[in-house]
Amino acid sequence: MDVTMNVNGDEVTRDVEPRLLLVHFLRDELRLTGTHWGCDTSNCGACTVWIDQQPVKSCTTLAVMAGGHDVRTVEDLDPGTGLDPVQEGFMLEHGLQCGFCTPGMMMTARWLLDKNPDPDEATIRECISGNICRCTGYENIVRAVRWAANHEADATANQPEGASA
Amino acid sequence: MTVTEEAPLSPAGNPMGFGRMIRKEDARFLRGQGNYVDDVNLPGMLHGAILRSPYAHARIVSIDTSAAEAHPKVKAVITGKILETLKLAWMPTLSYDVQSVLCTDKVRFQGQEVAFVVAEDRYSARDALELIEVEYEPLPTVFDARHALDADAPIIRDDLDGRTDNKIYDWEAGDKAKCDEVFANAEVVVKQSMIYPRVHPAPLETCGSVASMDKVTGQLTVWTTTQAPHAHRTLYALVAGLPEHKIRIISPDIGGGFGNKVGIYPGYVCAVVGSILTGKPVKWMEDRSENLMSTSFARDYHMTGEIAATKDGKMLGLRVDVLADHGAFNGVAQPTKYPAGFFHLFTGSYDYPVAHCNVRAVYTNKAPGGVAYACSFRITEAAFLVERMVDCLAFELKMDPAELRMKNLLRPEQFPYTTPTGWEYDSGDYPRALKEAMRIAGYDELRREQAEKRAAGETMGIGISFFTEGVGAGPRKHMDILGLGMADGCELRIHPTGKAQLRISVQSQGQGHETTFAQIVSHELGIPPEDIEVIHGDTDNTPFGLGTYGSRSTPVSGAAAAVVARRIKDKAKIIAAAALECSVDDLEWEHGRWFVKGDHDKGQTIQESAFAAHGTLELPEGVEGHLDASVVYDPPNLTYPFGAYIAVVDVDMGTGHVKVRRFIAVDDCGPRINPMIVEGQVHGGLADGVGMALMEVMAFDENGNHLGGSFMDYLLPTSMECPSWELGETVTPSPHHPIGAKGVGESATVGSPAAIVNAVLDALQIRHAEMPLTPAVVWRAIQGNPLDRPDLAIE
Ligand code: FES
Ligand code: FES
Repeated sequence: MDVTMNVNGDEVTRDVEPRLLLVHFLRDELRLTGTHWGCDTSNCGACTVWIDQQPVKSCTTLAVMAGGHDVRTVEDLDPGTGLDPVQEGFMLEHGLQCGFCTPGMMMTARWLLDKNPDPDEATIRECISGNICRCTGYENIVRAVRWAANHEADATANQPEGASA
Repeated sequence: MTVTEEAPLSPAGNPMGFGRMIRKEDARFLRGQGNYVDDVNLPGMLHGAILRSPYAHARIVSIDTSAAEAHPKVKAVITGKILETLKLAWMPTLSYDVQSVLCTDKVRFQGQEVAFVVAEDRYSARDALELIEVEYEPLPTVFDARHALDADAPIIRDDLDGRTDNKIYDWEAGDKAKCDEVFANAEVVVKQSMIYPRVHPAPLETCGSVASMDKVTGQLTVWTTTQAPHAHRTLYALVAGLPEHKIRIISPDIGGGFGNKVGIYPGYVCAVVGSILTGKPVKWMEDRSENLMSTSFARDYHMTGEIAATKDGKMLGLRVDVLADHGAFNGVAQPTKYPAGFFHLFTGSYDYPVAHCNVRAVYTNKAPGGVAYACSFRITEAAFLVERMVDCLAFELKMDPAELRMKNLLRPEQFPYTTPTGWEYDSGDYPRALKEAMRIAGYDELRREQAEKRAAGETMGIGISFFTEGVGAGPRKHMDILGLGMADGCELRIHPTGKAQLRISVQSQGQGHETTFAQIVSHELGIPPEDIEVIHGDTDNTPFGLGTYGSRSTPVSGAAAAVVARRIKDKAKIIAAAALECSVDDLEWEHGRWFVKGDHDKGQTIQESAFAAHGTLELPEGVEGHLDASVVYDPPNLTYPFGAYIAVVDVDMGTGHVKVRRFIAVDDCGPRINPMIVEGQVHGGLADGVGMALMEVMAFDENGNHLGGSFMDYLLPTSMECPSWELGETVTPSPHHPIGAKGVGESATVGSPAAIVNAVLDALQIRHAEMPLTPAVVWRAIQGNPLDRPDLAIE
């Protein structure tokens, strides 16, 4: 069956099997391999993408369920002008090792900061608790998110009066 | 430049040597541009899937693949019978046993590989699995190692000639007679048995490969999740009889390894056969339950320890008896001479005059493996045993566990120290590390707080562990895997403009080799690290070596990188002398440059030497042009990193829930090439410790059914279970390593579980309870009715 969705700003239509998972649609059909899968039971979060601004686990979402919606993946995080503060935070605070959890982790973190620009450590930990990382022990991921929060706060504070965020 | 001096900064702001440096590899990972095996997509590529056994032990009566073959999208169905015609139905394991690739006679564990389907897409391949009819005749199982040698236990390996039982080996180390004598006369003997349960490394990326056989050229290319690409190439050549020069193994970006990706799995072999049969590239990626049920597990050591001591706590001897569950095939990955890995290090960090251990390994109806999950070849088990035993002794003597450790730790003047099992620790200052951990923790203050809490009816625990690891396997004369010596090659090319390529034999699963190895070369040669490209994970483009596991990259390959850079430096000196028309003896080195003694302005940078080496400069007799070098590094000994860990936990006595409130880790891995990366490695290992101590276990029911086949059942620590880690360091260089570095990747996984378990038991004021200390286990222990086997769904 045909499914049409907007992925990272581009409208795509494909003929897919109804049972095709969104994670496989993104990876195999669209070759957006930044979204990973690590468990297929909604436990690890490696497959986290956004549907209409909400993080979802694409390993337990059918591609057809995303029909008519906006999907955002890690490939869209970099605004084109350099790294997103979340990406920069992960880099500067060594929030990644093998990099396998990183795309999903960053999509969750980006969502958090959009909702809550100044989360404390406990809030960050709770928010990323659906994303498993086997390498980092989470410490530097928490620091990376804090770095992004601080940096965005600075960027906003430095903006001239009246500028929109 | 010594390692403790601050390195000067490069034009890009990176340390020209050691220091915190942002990782080069991050640029691609942050943008979703990593290239993992499942990201490989070749034209015409087909997909494989494995049919697995639902039984732990059953004879295969028949396999009917006709319906699967009739599936319109299926290209091939491969069974053991077909593999038999290719002599590939069985393959050698890394421990000189054999393992079934696709089963021909009987299945020996649940999840064992029975058939392989190749189809046009992932989904069709799995659909076709459902169409294969297998008739099984279930057999009695043995899944509890304690019953593997019972007279009526079913013989699992009746494929091996003359097998009448399930024993794999008996192995011992130390002097039994001397040890027994000490025990017979000791004032105090404390005995405790404990299980280090079967756990799984569970890297976030599962295992898989893409095999592509070019029938015209005979070239086989395999992209695969391997920690040891060169060893895999040789094994494919030996197993499949393929010519080694036509095999290329590419280990692209790997999503974590932890020992899970050392060996060769049946799926890899099936993908190769699938590609040979269909003439198309074949991808096989396992799913999570396949990963947990069939690939290399870790531990499963049933240990009984005994300490002999004086009444005032001087340790006199240690005796250990181990029953090792190796599963259905002996597939442990470790140096040939050491069937129980480096369990020799069971005396740990203490001054035991005598020690003895016996390890008996058995087959059971469980998946094969055993050496994995950052265990440093069984030092994890050894460290856990000795650290638990020390706490048991402290419990019986009513001594403070820190004081007891301080009293018995090896003293700095004892190094180099030879253990009762004959291993030589290279360097260490253990009391300094323990004092540092106690200082950071505020140990005395914590004990005061604990006393107050106890008085108020609240429960907190403080647990210590001290570990010594032996990493960097290993000296060629002692250590090989399947006959391949554990030395590592390294090649360095300095291009005419002074930019460099370093080709290393080891491979990264997240450790950051592209950064640290560039820093090593930069430290030696003064070339900015951003000008040094590190090439790894591709057998066509790197020298031979045995790969990354057992924390061996820095101790072995890192040494090779330093040595190869020194060769370049020596050659640059000859070139500089020719260019400057002076004798080599007149030259002196400063970071990145040879200059004439007494005339600092007259000199040549390494970049200028590189250009001159490629130019027309007349070189002395016998000196070749260009600036390249290669070495093979054979380590003279292992390196012995160590550390002192302290965990602080709170236990909810109503629910048995344990909260790790603080964790202090002081690691000594010698000089730190990139402290940021070292700390990251430690953080990750500490989380592993939380997992093993409190959550992770591969449990089985009485029929050998695996009860941990998904992340809903096999629990991994999340950000909620992990505290904010508090790290410290001491620095004791290795005297035999070119830059003194010791390796750190596995330290925290080795050292941390005992600290957490000791803390929980300290909180409960009981001597022992089995891991994992889940709320149920803790609650039962609180009730005085401890669970004997948390790893089995029986009592
Ligand atoms: S792959 Fe989706 S949560 Fe793990
Ligand atoms: S960086 Fe490897 S799983 Fe998170």
